[in-house]
Amino acid sequence: MKTAMRRARAAIVVGAAMLATGCATTGPVSKVDPFEPWNRAMYAVNDVVDGQFVRPAVQAYVDYMPVPIQMVIHNVFGNIEDLFSAINGLLTNKLDKAGNDLGRVLLNTLAGIGGMIDVASDAGIPKGNLDFGLTFGTWGFPQGPYLFVPLLGPTTVRDGTGLIVRFYAGPVGFIPDVPTRNVLYGVGAVDLRAQALGPESLIDQASLDRYTFIRRAYLQRREYLLYDGKVPPEKEEE
Amino acid sequence: MRFAIRMTLAAFAAALSLSAHAQQGPDALVKSVTQEVVQILKTDPKVQSDQARLRELIETKLVPNFDFQRMTALAMGRNWRQATPEQQKLLTDNFRTLLVRTYSGALNQYRDQTIDFKPLRADANATDVLVRTEVVRPGQPAVQIDYGMEKKDGTWKAYDVIVGGVSLVTNYRDEFAEQVRQGGIDGLIKTLQTKNASGK
Repeated sequence: MKTAMRRARAAIVVGAAMLATGCATTGPVSKVDPFEPWNRAMYAVNDVVDGQFVRPAVQAYVDYMPVPIQMVIHNVFGNIEDLFSAINGLLTNKLDKAGNDLGRVLLNTLAGIGGMIDVASDAGIPKGNLDFGLTFGTWGFPQGPYLFVPLLGPTTVRDGTGLIVRFYAGPVGFIPDVPTRNVLYGVGAVDLRAQALGPESLIDQASLDRYTFIRRAYLQRREYLLYDGKVPPEKEEE
Repeated sequence: MRFAIRMTLAAFAAALSLSAHAQQGPDALVKSVTQEVVQILKTDPKVQSDQARLRELIETKLVPNFDFQRMTALAMGRNWRQATPEQQKLLTDNFRTLLVRTYSGALNQYRDQTIDFKPLRADANATDVLVRTEVVRPGQPAVQIDYGMEKKDGTWKAYDVIVGGVSLVTNYRDEFAEQVRQGGIDGLIKTLQTKNASGK
């Protein structure tokens, strides 16, 4: 534990040093990532904080928490996200997706015992996977600069704004009891982070420069979701 | 005489099956190869934990169906034409190694997913198509895996794998461009070689 603390402290120093020298070590910044030196510094900080504390904890959760409990937790949070996906579907006139999501919420809440079992997926009703960032995109807002936020990971000004809206929309934030609320925030975060463990090891294997690989993959994925899999060809070439 | 007839028949049968393989549509090809690999992983789960056998499986079943030169050219973008033929060969070889490693990592994570094959939406005489599949994991959202495929000299080969909208090949564009900008094409080759040498 002590060494972990020392390492973390070292990391903060390294992070600060990188912040100071960041501009000197990186070349011309890319159009999508004007804050690249800052982002890379944040990425370095995240690498240590996540690698030293978050990832081991989440890995322990995946390894030792009984799988049925993990699934129940995942499904309950997923059910809430389906509701927000439905709201975003309605906001952007994607009525078929909104319909699917509403159907999913109804089915999972009633037949799936308050969302604990994802009956809707077994019944073949697809998730809409819509969020506020995509809604802003559909309304015509551009992504804006790419951002890498420690503990949160890759995002952009637009998608990050969407996340802030989502955060204040609740429902966890509306729980009056502070300890309960914090536990739920924590469990939600762990569940979210656990989903990334698999792809992450592939990124380590695949990438020459992890930062760049993640940036490109994130932006491609968001573009794909925004255009619902039908990205116009002129957009594909950046 | 009877021997000769039998040989002729055998040769004829072989030629027939070969041409049948060559004329297989892109979607049928993806389906048969995927099912074959999944079947092997299912019947012999030990293959997954055995790095050498996993690589062999990929080399024999998957690699022949990919056009690595096209993949490398796509990932290089404009820089591809700046490279000499020798550099192009080195780039292709090293990128191929990297992709095979990554693929074996992906197969390593295969558990009990089922794979749906979507109907092909393309003209009968098209030479460049997108074959769409969907990997379904119990209790988890489905993942779209699409294969960009091109017909060359009568055979279909994949030149891109797109996972959930993320193209594996174009995802390397920024990285490759960055490496070339810093150390030229030889710099990129060196980075790829170092990466491959460091891999397990």
